[in-house]
Amino acid sequence: MPKLKVDGIELEVPAGATVLQACELAGKEIPRFCYHERLSIAGNCRMCLVEVKPGPPKPQASCALPAAEGQEIRTDSAMVKAAREGVMEFLLINHPLDCPICDQGGECDLQDQSVAYGRGASRYREAKRAVTQKTMGPLIKTVMTRCIHCTRCVRFSEEVAGVDEIGALYRGEAMQIATYLEAAATHELSANVIDLCPVGALTSRPYAFEARPWELTKTLGIDVSDAIGANIRLDSRGREVLRILPRVNDDVNEEWLADRARYLVDGLTRRRLDRPWLRVDGTLQPATWAEALAALGGTNPGASLGVIAGDLVDAETLFAAKALAQALGSTLLEGRQTGLAYDTTNLAAVAFNSTLAGIETADAILIYGSHVRDEAPLLNPRLRKAVKRGAKVYLIGPWWDPTYPALHLGDDAGVIHALPDAVVSVFAQAARPAIIIGGGALAKGGLAAGLGFAAKFNLVRDGWNGFNVLHFAAARMAGLMLGYAQAGGIADIVAAAPRVVISLGADEVDWTRFAGSLIVHIGHHGDKAAHQADVILPAAAFSEKDGTYVNTEGRVQYAEKAVFAPGDAREDWTILRALADAWGVSIGFDSFAELRAAMIAAVPALGVEGLVDYGPLPAAPVGARAGGVIGYAVKDRYLTNAISRASPTLQRCSAELIHGQAPAEAAE
Amino acid sequence: MADRHPAPDTPELRARWGQFDWSADNAVLAKAIIARYPAGRQRSAVMPLLDLAQRQVGAAEQTQGWLPLPVIEFVARTLAMPVIRVLEVATFYTMYNIAPVGRFHVQVCGTTPCQLRGSDDIMAACKARGLHVGHTTGDGLFTLTEVECMGNCASAPMVQINDDNYEDLSAESITHILDELAAGRQPKTGSQAPGRHTVEPLGGPTTLRAMVSENHDYRGEW
Repeated sequence: MPKLKVDGIELEVPAGATVLQACELAGKEIPRFCYHERLSIAGNCRMCLVEVKPGPPKPQASCALPAAEGQEIRTDSAMVKAAREGVMEFLLINHPLDCPICDQGGECDLQDQSVAYGRGASRYREAKRAVTQKTMGPLIKTVMTRCIHCTRCVRFSEEVAGVDEIGALYRGEAMQIATYLEAAATHELSANVIDLCPVGALTSRPYAFEARPWELTKTLGIDVSDAIGANIRLDSRGREVLRILPRVNDDVNEEWLADRARYLVDGLTRRRLDRPWLRVDGTLQPATWAEALAALGGTNPGASLGVIAGDLVDAETLFAAKALAQALGSTLLEGRQTGLAYDTTNLAAVAFNSTLAGIETADAILIYGSHVRDEAPLLNPRLRKAVKRGAKVYLIGPWWDPTYPALHLGDDAGVIHALPDAVVSVFAQAARPAIIIGGGALAKGGLAAGLGFAAKFNLVRDGWNGFNVLHFAAARMAGLMLGYAQAGGIADIVAAAPRVVISLGADEVDWTRFAGSLIVHIGHHGDKAAHQADVILPAAAFSEKDGTYVNTEGRVQYAEKAVFAPGDAREDWTILRALADAWGVSIGFDSFAELRAAMIAAVPALGVEGLVDYGPLPAAPVGARAGGVIGYAVKDRYLTNAISRASPTLQRCSAELIHGQAPAEAAE
Repeated sequence: MADRHPAPDTPELRARWGQFDWSADNAVLAKAIIARYPAGRQRSAVMPLLDLAQRQVGAAEQTQGWLPLPVIEFVARTLAMPVIRVLEVATFYTMYNIAPVGRFHVQVCGTTPCQLRGSDDIMAACKARGLHVGHTTGDGLFTLTEVECMGNCASAPMVQINDDNYEDLSAESITHILDELAAGRQPKTGSQAPGRHTVEPLGGPTTLRAMVSENHDYRGEW
């Protein structure tokens, strides 16, 4: 714990801190370009120069200098000011003055810092460097002449993403950032380099020339493209969300966001259901709300009502639909659209108990039937960190490249019952062993087998719970907390043959099994379920309603409404409220606040932001066996839900990056 | 330097170099080079292996050698490292040729000491003999490159031709060297100044003269 002085302020900093971190602790702003908290230290931009005594009589790069006992650091001296001005002047030598046509303008570190720390005017009269255009795929737009060689993108792709896609070619002034043979960046987190780039060299291709940052209204939201629940910011202008950026939350997404979550934004304005539709003589006909509700009023299902929840809905919608079903006397609720039927009597057995941040400290991890990079892209960097700290990773299920060393044990879910001796001894000796059970294993009886594994290796011990289920649907945990689970899964609802089935955006269900039912689709996109529906009631997407989401850890998070739903579409709960009127029942709330209060009264845990305590794990069922070759649920990691399937950007990603189609020409 | 670019990745390039593998001798050498590094650090062998590969390509082409992209990929596979990391190394160091060169790669130093001692004349003499910076002569013999300091300032001006340095040059001596090389003979390497062997002062020593023939104790004279 070295004690030092920053601009005369005495303070004690943690051992291992750098001078830059010490200055930040003292409340001093240090300008920087290459330094980033979550990346290794490069020390090549030189913007963070400070004066340090004792030491050589020259400014020192604070990001790469360890803080030491008795240092006297100045960030406000004439030497530091001159050094910053000098560095800034050199950085600007080769940086084009094209801010008016640069998408980074207004949120550019170089702009901000040259205003704050640079000289007032340029003395440079010579020619500037120009760099040939580079290609990095459909998501990342490159203007490499603007690059200031901070190498953040190179370090991100190597250290966080774990794929060496981006490199720095040539040297000195001629250095260029490029991918090998200008191949597209294919990693599922690749677009994070856009946020990392301190200048406009790497910008978002789909967002190019769309808006200026000061025109945008910023709304805090939660990502629904997977069950991680990444914290996002929705940037909207007027009635349209223009882009999605990650927010910092060290417990959930650190500061990264998966490409498919960032770029589903243009799907929000396409293929939308913006008016009710009624099936008349076999074809869907446009209708008004009054017609649609009147038509439904004549078909009161009574207790013969099923509700199937999709992957993207919020807890309030789930609760409102549940209240409607209860008022009619039905308990036929299900959210596991693809037919999973694992036991949900104890929710601790279906949650990610280690927590996303906690899994980094595991020292032996068994990934059981989960394609983590497809199903939870933001979890994989956590597992990489665990491996860097020495964790051993084993994988059951068809092989996928985890980007870190992992041992493949087999494709069959039954492998967990006959682990090799070497693996058994690793888990027996591990201090913090963990298992991650994915949907692939859950479909093959993996939950009971995983509980058996947890009991055998004592995964739950003092200060550590290594039993994890990794869900894929954003609505899953909230659904399970609200009782959206039948003992036999969706098959129970099929067997009950309800007269009416409500689909809450349930696009992954095989609707042909409900041929005898009236299908009422409350959804926002004209996707798979809409084609099968008898009545379509247009609803709001996640960006168009307030909502509560619970991620796979059981972390309750709130999202806010960014824009209004298009056309005649309504927020989901109002539709369910109107259905209650149409069917002549009372569900006990007339406003969103009342709905949320009723929900919290029913499930108090949903009213507290943060992790839900699901209690202890259940005992492992005796004699339960898993078996069968594991198959992963996600077939195309870019097109996983109704919104992303409507997004031209993600369709292009899928076509070019997964199916190998020739790249389309740049739009601009 | 800013004009360096890898030779384009064409089907012809793939056809010519796609099957690149070590020759029998180089396979032994490569193994020995990799063995120099401790387990888990084999990537450190990337620089000597690139050099070895460049020499093997040179031997096959009767040139100084260069690194086609398939050969760079081969080195990456050999060391199980990402290609982009190998390409970074190959493009960083100008000693790796990433585009084809002639049999003799004439690298003229143009940094200040050499320039003060007349490197412009050397460059002019090369041009007069038909060499152009960045280009290979029509007969495939010479590629001319202007480079930065090669560390021979005491015997400036100098050029490096393949693995040999030629120092204390004049327009006449560089023309003679190029003629000899073109004729298939090996000119004298090192200093071209008459009577000079290394970088000792011209015209005999100027300091410590009493020590030329025998040891001399200067301490009493201080």
